[in-house]
Amino acid sequence: MRTRKNLAPASVIGPPTIMTERTTARTTAIIDGNEAVASVAHRTNEVIAIYPITPASPMGELADAWSVEHRRNIWGMVPDVVQMQSEGGAAGAVHGSLQAGALTTTFTASQGLLLMLPDMYKIAGELTATCMHVAARTIATHALSIFNDHSDVMGARQTGFAMLASASVQEAHDFACIGQAATLASRVPFLHFLDGFRTSHELARIELLSNDDLRFMISDDLVKAHRRRALTPDRPVIRGTAQNPDTFFQAREACNGFYLNCPETVQLLMDRFGERTGRQYRLFEFFGHPRAERVIVLMGSSAETARETVGLLKDRGEKVGVLKVSLFRPFSVHDFAASLPPTVRSIAVLDRTKEPGAVGDPLYLDILAALREAYSQKLTSFDKEPLVIGGRYGLSSKEFSPATVKAVFDELAAATPKNHFTVGIVDDVTHTSLSVEPESDDLESADVMEAVFFGLGSDGTVGANKNTIKIIGEQTDQHAQGYFVYDSRKSGAVTVSHLRFGPRPIRAPYLISKANFLACHQFELLDKLDVLELAAPGAVFLLNAPYSPADIWDQLPFEVQSAIIDKALKFYAIDAYRVAKEIGLGVRINTIMQTCFFDISGVLPREKAIGSIKDSIQASYGKRGTVVVRQNFSAVDRALENLRAVKVPHHATATRNRAPVVAAEAPDFVQKVTAVMLANKGDLLPVSAFPVDGTWPLGTSRWEKRNLASEIPIWDPDICIQCNQCALVCPHAAIRAKVYDPKGLSNAPSGFQSTAYRNPEMDGLAYTIQVAPEDCTGCHLCVEVCPAKDKSRPRHKAIDMEPQRPLREREIENYSFFLELPECDRTSFQRLDAKESQFFEPLFECSGACAGCGETPYIKLLTQLFGDRALIANATGCSSIYGGNLPTTPYTTNSAGRGPAWSNSLFEDNAEFGFGFRLAVDAHQSQARELLRRLGPKLGDPLVKELLEAEQLNETGILAQRERVVSLRSKLGETDRLEARWLEALADYLVKKSVWLVGGDGWAYDIGYGGLDHVLSQRRDVNVLVLDTEVYSNTGGQQSKATPIGATAKFAMSGKEVPKKDLGMEAMSYGHVYVARVAFGAKVNQVVQAFTEADSYPGPSLIIAYSPCIAHGYDLRHGVDQQKLAVRSGAWPLYRFDPRRIKESEAPLRLDSSEPRCPLKSYMQNEARFRMVEKLDPKRFEHLQERAQREVHQRFAVYQQLATLTVPRGPEGKKDSEAREQTKEAK
Amino acid sequence: MDLSTQYLGFELPHPFMPGASPLTNDLDQVKRLEDAGAAMIVMPSLFEEQISAEQLATHHWFEGPAESFAEAQTYLPSPSDFALGPEAYLERLQEIKNIVSVPVIASLNGATPGGWLEYAKLLEEAGADALELNTYQLATDPEDSSQVLEERILDIIRTVVSQTEIPTCIKLSPYYTSLSHFAQRLDEAGVAGMALFNRFYQPDIDVEELEATPVLRLSDSSELLLRIRWLAILSGRVQASLAITGGVHTAVDAIKAVMAGANGVQVVSALLQKGPGHLRTLREEMIQWMEEHDYESLEQMRGSMNLLGCPDPKAFERANYLRVLQSWKGFL
Repeated sequence: MRTRKNLAPASVIGPPTIMTERTTARTTAIIDGNEAVASVAHRTNEVIAIYPITPASPMGELADAWSVEHRRNIWGMVPDVVQMQSEGGAAGAVHGSLQAGALTTTFTASQGLLLMLPDMYKIAGELTATCMHVAARTIATHALSIFNDHSDVMGARQTGFAMLASASVQEAHDFACIGQAATLASRVPFLHFLDGFRTSHELARIELLSNDDLRFMISDDLVKAHRRRALTPDRPVIRGTAQNPDTFFQAREACNGFYLNCPETVQLLMDRFGERTGRQYRLFEFFGHPRAERVIVLMGSSAETARETVGLLKDRGEKVGVLKVSLFRPFSVHDFAASLPPTVRSIAVLDRTKEPGAVGDPLYLDILAALREAYSQKLTSFDKEPLVIGGRYGLSSKEFSPATVKAVFDELAAATPKNHFTVGIVDDVTHTSLSVEPESDDLESADVMEAVFFGLGSDGTVGANKNTIKIIGEQTDQHAQGYFVYDSRKSGAVTVSHLRFGPRPIRAPYLISKANFLACHQFELLDKLDVLELAAPGAVFLLNAPYSPADIWDQLPFEVQSAIIDKALKFYAIDAYRVAKEIGLGVRINTIMQTCFFDISGVLPREKAIGSIKDSIQASYGKRGTVVVRQNFSAVDRALENLRAVKVPHHATATRNRAPVVAAEAPDFVQKVTAVMLANKGDLLPVSAFPVDGTWPLGTSRWEKRNLASEIPIWDPDICIQCNQCALVCPHAAIRAKVYDPKGLSNAPSGFQSTAYRNPEMDGLAYTIQVAPEDCTGCHLCVEVCPAKDKSRPRHKAIDMEPQRPLREREIENYSFFLELPECDRTSFQRLDAKESQFFEPLFECSGACAGCGETPYIKLLTQLFGDRALIANATGCSSIYGGNLPTTPYTTNSAGRGPAWSNSLFEDNAEFGFGFRLAVDAHQSQARELLRRLGPKLGDPLVKELLEAEQLNETGILAQRERVVSLRSKLGETDRLEARWLEALADYLVKKSVWLVGGDGWAYDIGYGGLDHVLSQRRDVNVLVLDTEVYSNTGGQQSKATPIGATAKFAMSGKEVPKKDLGMEAMSYGHVYVARVAFGAKVNQVVQAFTEADSYPGPSLIIAYSPCIAHGYDLRHGVDQQKLAVRSGAWPLYRFDPRRIKESEAPLRLDSSEPRCPLKSYMQNEARFRMVEKLDPKRFEHLQERAQREVHQRFAVYQQLATLTVPRGPEGKKDSEAREQTKEAK
Repeated sequence: MDLSTQYLGFELPHPFMPGASPLTNDLDQVKRLEDAGAAMIVMPSLFEEQISAEQLATHHWFEGPAESFAEAQTYLPSPSDFALGPEAYLERLQEIKNIVSVPVIASLNGATPGGWLEYAKLLEEAGADALELNTYQLATDPEDSSQVLEERILDIIRTVVSQTEIPTCIKLSPYYTSLSHFAQRLDEAGVAGMALFNRFYQPDIDVEELEATPVLRLSDSSELLLRIRWLAILSGRVQASLAITGGVHTAVDAIKAVMAGANGVQVVSALLQKGPGHLRTLREEMIQWMEEHDYESLEQMRGSMNLLGCPDPKAFERANYLRVLQSWKGFL
């Protein structure tokens, strides 16, 4: 590499577009990193093509919302924001738009960035100016993680993009501007990244760049130059040629000058920026002792922690420093060398990524190489070449605190510092980790107030805290920071808010460990988590408790009482739920608790605080209407009336301790690993506690007793008509049905309910519906669906909700007894319908899905019908999160140890991934059959013949085959032939396996469609279950091609204009694909029929399942009624297309619902996703509704005609599988 | 023929007007109604309760799942111009005002004391020529005495009348212990008109599903009699102008109402069945009837058959009931 000698003249950055004086008073705002970036990107681009991915989605959503509101960029036009079908699509659109001359950007993260790589090489190879923004996130390896590290951006470091790393919300805002200016000046495309969640979701007070600032930084001359390079037929050139060995290499080197100039260009722009804003940045920024001997090199938000810690250590006289890398690519050896003091003796390079098998992680390798070059080129004045060690930290947002920083400096001071270390974990296997001392106060700023709030997602705690930060940050001189930690469940999720306030900018991107103010908004959490662990001595403790102040103390567990006394906490309490209920706010206690915080924390004078809260209520909720505002005002007043100080005795008086996290009978792994994670102490688990390859045991969710429901369903056997619909619709398998021999009741607990099973074919059996009291989420679906009413008092049904607390112990005992009752004989049912399917044991239970989830009943049914022989490939999305997010997972096993084999690969590849399952199963089966044939004479032909020819069409057939396999194994044991050993390993594959490809509409309709289409085109036996919520549910409601016309969604805010894609019709067009469209709330038997037909069909099957979702905007307890309306109105016609019917000279398509019997309007008006569009623009909605109605009739008419069409059978062909089999045999 | 009349202080060429119904919420239909000669347009009610319920429900379904899960801070877009209040109604009112030249009465069913006034003012600002307050509320709480309920309504009337400039009328229900007395007090409170009577959704029972289902059936002429009786009783005793609403299907129905004292005749069911053009038919048939019966003006017959003017006032009082019973007895 050449050394830098003023390669880039100042003119490259162009003259400022405007030279207006900057105003003295700048606007500040409390925003998060995503908004800070989007604010600049939206104002400095013309086209924004995106695809949602956590944690970058909000950048695209904000840009979209602003464009919908007609916010303009600095050139006066409204940027065009488009959502594509995948990040690959977004990158392609960006590339094309750039080539055609528009200023274009995108936002992404993690796997999304990887999908963009091919286009990024092209964009860079063509020296195209763009600045994309990445909320850096972990790349999925042994597991998926949505949290932060640099494994994604490091995976893009070879593309030729410049890489600019910001460390804070302010920097993210500023670097978005510098990156955009620099790419135009240098022609090198820029990847600007900020740490996902830590920066992208951190709220902080920052100084905003005005449009004039942006115009000052971005030269119109350079914009025009960018346009001049556009492909246009008016000045045509050709790009994208193919080159050969004679020229490619030289042509590839032709760009070098641009990369050599780029760092200086960036520095010139940083200087220009510094001049204008007073915030001077450098490519490599050094903080610390001017004669530092020990230096840490790192990038991203952790540099802020290191900087603060270095400041405090320096004050103690320690010669330490930190070098923050801002421009990682192109790497300027010159600037790097110039930024280090000559006194440096040892350097620790910290990487937030892991490259297994490499000599070291990427930043470490770069620094080593850069130092060597600098040293050899005499760019440095070190007395002695410093020692360099590399270490890893912070993968998947693992905390990086001042104590961690200190641990690294301590290691650098050691005689022989450990190289290739890890810090922040305990590695007791390969012993890479450094030991870290407990956090100590003297490494943190003393003038910062720290507050921690424990709440539930549904209670509004996070929203209230965001509001609090805005109030304090905007109405006082205080700087504010907010960071929010969520757990991994969608129902009953615990949230922990970390808020800091202080007189100086807050450089503390790590969690609070000693809070001056600690609030617990949920009384139940005191029994689940060590909430007070985070309270500093003498802190204020605010508790929401369902008790009067006089009774609260006696309700606390011993551990909590002791902590309050030992830490001398000032204890306040309020019964916020009672207050909220009285006002009519339901479970929203946010305003009440926020008011309490202001009242007792004293951060603002009381009157001012109350005024501010009310102002912010008006600002936040004003558009929701006067009633909402009035109620929240009332919440403020009532909170002040009801808040009380609690008198704390001198000694703990509790007679009960905090309950164990999991039951004593839980398996060893659950006790040693899962329980630690459940207690929020997973950070303490050492490396040795973990499986090496991401393999985890099944059936762990049953050990987590969440007690989310305040009311649970209770069964009345006298009224029950034994339809089992309650069990079928339950999203959490928390209400179950069983038939059993009444003799089993001899040991039943006294409260256990049972009645005679009413079925003449199965006389003499007993029947029970039982709730799992601690697993129920209280969604009410079972009650809503229950058709059995008391004739004298119809309000009372066979299932009614009753308060959980008084019934908990009784029902725990009943449920435990219920589980011990034997499972039904799966072969005993003559015909399998919806009712009987519910006697089959669910092998999917107690997931963390939302209360009332419309997806999980299908998955549960799948496991009931085929779970003991199913392989499930699950696309990333809601179903992979509630299906596989730790600490506990819902897939489980039956008493024989069999259960669904489940895995998630990616979002986009799930069809191919599941197809691979099929290929492997077919291969195993084929080999097993071949071995059987070979061993036939030895094993006895009748058994072999039966094994080979068994028809495994139903439970009886499957059971018979399982029994044959048992006989086979026993016979195999008698022979010592090598083939026998092989067959032993493969014998289970002789029992039919059911391969399922499960995912949402985002996968099936959009990002995974290409793969899905290909897999359907093959004639392999795979079953596809599309859980169609008609929107990207997991990432927060972005439109998919399944979103219906007239519905609002992100990126279709004013109502989608294009009808939902008819995926079923596309699949039918192959002719050999089994296709069904189902809705469990509308026609439950048809669902069961479709599942069993799909399983039995020997080719590809596709089931498109209507799945109510919280993103539809209504109370999901009415999900069943809405499904009925969807079908009645024709919005969701039901059908089954079975190619087998062609052979019978029947029409393959059979309609299972009648023609529309009510206006579509009656369905649409019940959901906020449609009502919003109407409220936004009634005329437009009317128009969309009419189109939707027309569309419904037209589609139904097409289906009706198809349902009468028979097709010629054609020449008799063998099943593909048979044909393949025969070909192989012939070979 | 002079069909002119005065209702709510407006000089109207004739008494026929479409009452509150889906018809008067549809711009095309409203235009057709005006073309058919509607003297006024009465819009369907703005229901405060419905607006509040939707505001709360929407708030709940937007906020409930928000900020719960790391991957999604919200699940639905929440644009700043998303209107959950009475905006759509106000906009429709303005649109109607823009396309018709006859007076437009906005109708309001409030739920809270503050709401009545707030919405009344909004309706006035949006250009309503008059307000029809639909005070229907089913008193199911045994703690609420009739006096308390009536006072509540009177308070609403006083507040709205004192703080708005446009005339206010009240749409009454027939279920008052002493409607005459109550009407008098409403008069004192300053109502400009009274419309008799509200028609309600009535619960029916689904014997299969064991559910109560709300039903609203179209009226027929049989409902006329109750209204005629009370028009006759109130006519001449209250200052407020009177309108009939419910049961008018033919010109003769309307004539009976006018004879009983009606200044305005609201028609809904007949228009829903026969279309806006029926308004013209009613008017023409009225003229024809009046010509046949040598009437010169509507004024001539207004109130002619009210309690004060009719030959046998007892027919409108309890005696009426007794006499029918007795006459029926007479057949035995």
